[in-house]
Amino acid sequence: MAHDHDHHHHDHDHEHSELSETQLRVRALETILTEKGYVDPKALDAIVEMYETKIGPRNGARVIARAWTDPAFRQALLDDATQAINTLGHVSRTGDHLIAVENTLQRHNMVVCTLCSCYPWEMLGLPPVWYKASPYRSRAVKDPRGVLADFGVTLPKDIEIRVWDSTAETRFIVLPMRPEGTDGWSEDKLAELVTRDSMIGTGLPRKPAELKS
Amino acid sequence: MNGVHDMGGMDGFGKVEPEANEPTFHEAWEARVMAMVRAMGANGGLNIDSQRFARESLPPEVYLASSYYKKWFLAVENQLVERSMVGTDELEAGHSLHQSPPLPRGKFTLDDVKRCAVRGSFGREPQGPAIFKPGDSVRAKNINPLTHTRLPRYVRGHTGMVERINGCHVFPDTNAHFRGDHPQWLYTVVFDARDLWGDDADPTLKVSIEAFEPYLEKA
Repeated sequence: MAHDHDHHHHDHDHEHSELSETQLRVRALETILTEKGYVDPKALDAIVEMYETKIGPRNGARVIARAWTDPAFRQALLDDATQAINTLGHVSRTGDHLIAVENTLQRHNMVVCTLCSCYPWEMLGLPPVWYKASPYRSRAVKDPRGVLADFGVTLPKDIEIRVWDSTAETRFIVLPMRPEGTDGWSEDKLAELVTRDSMIGTGLPRKPAELKS
Repeated sequence: MNGVHDMGGMDGFGKVEPEANEPTFHEAWEARVMAMVRAMGANGGLNIDSQRFARESLPPEVYLASSYYKKWFLAVENQLVERSMVGTDELEAGHSLHQSPPLPRGKFTLDDVKRCAVRGSFGREPQGPAIFKPGDSVRAKNINPLTHTRLPRYVRGHTGMVERINGCHVFPDTNAHFRGDHPQWLYTVVFDARDLWGDDADPTLKVSIEAFEPYLEKA
């Protein structure tokens, strides 16, 4: 987001005619919470900045790339993803109850939250709009192949599809299959193949040929 | 509650439409709403389950027609009023007009932001041994509470199998209403799609939910 939101609580009456009702109400609430001493607006700025610049799918991609190159880490990740990730110094910490589910030639995993929008924020950042919207939430548990088709993904007819509905505080990250033709690749280079959608299960990792050199 | 939020298996919502190069926020106010909700949760004014219930409690036509962060905003406004932290007169005035109860963990400041980056734990000490174990056949109970629950309608009355035990967790059904943690064992329960959707369902599909022990009975 490129907008400057250093505007919290003063001197913007001249703008009001251009602001939507929602913008005005949001601004009013922030003013009230600030005046009551509930929140420091600078702390709100910092939260926003954190999700815009620090926490995103890169975190998850590094974890996946490590699992592709380090069999012991892969096993640790599948056994207890939270613990395994929190031993990696270069990836920010993740909260409890994270579960990694592994794609194989026999099984493809896909993650949804039919009731709201539960998503592994620390690994993938804030969820995209489609993940939180009715079409995905309604169809993923009934017609996942149809949903995959919306993403341009077709899987073999006989592969098992496993959909994980995140109905509690457990969170899921898909460990996709390592693309062919990547023998000897570094972890950093492999991480570039790992897309956000491949860790949700609505996509597959990029192929080596799709990487811009 | 049996609200429109519980949409697993519903038809007619159309295609999933991914947006290329989607920004983190589409409007500046969305970012402020996200941050306010996180802050008020982190310092104990609200909790994750109470916020979910507040969103589910929006009128169905509002829920379906509102963008994601608009729902967050409408719900947090309602909750703050219900919990007597903000008055409707204050919302109208756009300013604080009277004293409000202090937050359990005080003002949300820059020092609290780091803590906010990593989700807190929902694991709690078990109150007793787990009733079910992996491999057990279980039925999702047919419950229809007017209050908050995380048992989706599409599995109720259906039989599945316990796949894993995920520890003992805060029970959303009570926490949403500020009635305590009441820790419950949490299981991954997997269903065959044909048991959920009938013989025409995708024979290769299995669907799991995360089920708290009180949602389940032996099958």
